[in-house]
Amino acid sequence: MRPIEFATPTSVDDAVRRFGSGSAYLAGGTTLVDLMKLDVVTPQQVLDIDRLPLRGLRQDRDGLHIAALERMSDVAAHPDVTQAYPVISQALMASASPQLRNMASIGGNLLQRTRCSYFRDITVACNKRVPGSGCPAREGVNRGHAIFGTSDACVATHASDLAVALVAMDASVALTGRNGTRVLRLEDFYRLPGSTPESENELAPGEIITEVLVPPLPWARRSTYVKVRDRQSYEFALTSAAVAVDLRGDVVADARVAAGGVGTKPWRLRTVEQALVGRRLNETDVRAAVEHAADGAAPLKFNMFKPALLRMTIARALMSLVS
Amino acid sequence: MNAPLPRDPGLGRRGFLTSAAGVLAVTATASTAAACSTDPVVGPATEADTVFALNGRRTQLVADARVTLLDALRERLELPGTKKGCDRGQCGACTVHIDGRRVLSCLMLAASVQGKQVTTIEGLAQGDRLHPMQQAFVDCDGMQCGFCTPGQVMSAVGLVQEGHAGSDDEIREQMSGNLCRCSAYPNIVESVRKGSG
Repeated sequence: MRPIEFATPTSVDDAVRRFGSGSAYLAGGTTLVDLMKLDVVTPQQVLDIDRLPLRGLRQDRDGLHIAALERMSDVAAHPDVTQAYPVISQALMASASPQLRNMASIGGNLLQRTRCSYFRDITVACNKRVPGSGCPAREGVNRGHAIFGTSDACVATHASDLAVALVAMDASVALTGRNGTRVLRLEDFYRLPGSTPESENELAPGEIITEVLVPPLPWARRSTYVKVRDRQSYEFALTSAAVAVDLRGDVVADARVAAGGVGTKPWRLRTVEQALVGRRLNETDVRAAVEHAADGAAPLKFNMFKPALLRMTIARALMSLVS
Repeated sequence: MNAPLPRDPGLGRRGFLTSAAGVLAVTATASTAAACSTDPVVGPATEADTVFALNGRRTQLVADARVTLLDALRERLELPGTKKGCDRGQCGACTVHIDGRRVLSCLMLAASVQGKQVTTIEGLAQGDRLHPMQQAFVDCDGMQCGFCTPGQVMSAVGLVQEGHAGSDDEIREQMSGNLCRCSAYPNIVESVRKGSG
């Protein structure tokens, strides 16, 4: 790890003001300290924002406000989340380990970097880490990599489970920076890699995520997160599905579907949502609705299994919502 | 019964290893400095002065800001019970409690624990009386080589405090952040179940 200057800003404004070209914000530390040890991220100054008063959950007419420095474990267990948005609680509980969930913040979770092994290894090329150096994953060991949203420059998967659930819920993030505060839909906050995979989201230098806003969705009580991985716990997704359905009688009136482990960003599947409307949650109808879930996917040599696994993951999640 | 071996901290395994490593470190530093004379001088801003409660005792640490809590505990505060397995947040051997919650000390900078309460495996027992979870691991033989055990015990104590010891399946899920290379998992689950009762 390179030498760092360590400082603890006293307010969001103070943090934004101190942020310079070599600065990095530190919250729970589970991404930043890890990547600093690997020399993947090399800040000269670390601004520890973990004590800023960005804590708590509250409900109002706009929905559920989750302050960005809340811990994953606390949000997962909060009654306003477990009852109104089970998909969010389940996505959090399927993430990382109990210790990491006690450390990692909600804002930090959304900003976690990819687990692509080439990104994490400074001895090899990676366009995300060193722009223009190349992408060994395209022809290399790419079993865990993305099939949606990829480019010649990058095929790395977005690693957050929470982000998948939040994109399904149409959540937004509030950002504070030098030019004040703005709100962006989380789906629009993330960028596709294109030819600039080093630029992963809309955050301006020094901007801080202060809050996540989840809009009201009464029928999200019938929602779930299913994650398929190489071991039962403490592993990143091969595929995952965040689903919610508005059931009228036994007919689907509306649905939300987003997928993880398959996209360079959390991947909303509106074609599946539309295909579900008017159908029943039985095996025949669900199979038909997910048939086109992976249309347009671009599998790589070692992840050819992902389109079929994704269809089955979504189907399993939907069938688990039958009461 | 065998007489206990005489203990001289200066001649112990850890004391020997520490001084040997010190010699190596000095050598490495000298050669690095000669090769990279243009490196910026490390100024005082790169040090952190941190005061916190360590196993109930007020502790002050002045150290390079890069030092993790794990390295501070083991190398500077003479508490080597907390183990360094992967040092990347993947194995759980370094689990400690901060303000009563289980966390990984390898992914936490020591400078971040200012004003907090840190509990390590050395802080669990009361005098000669083991914590019930430590006793359960002894009684159930919840280990093989023992390297991961301090982290397993700290994680298990946290799990019980969180109310997650409802069933063996829940214990397995809630202990998934602690890997055991010897795969002593059946006895670890049994230990946690017994230690939670």
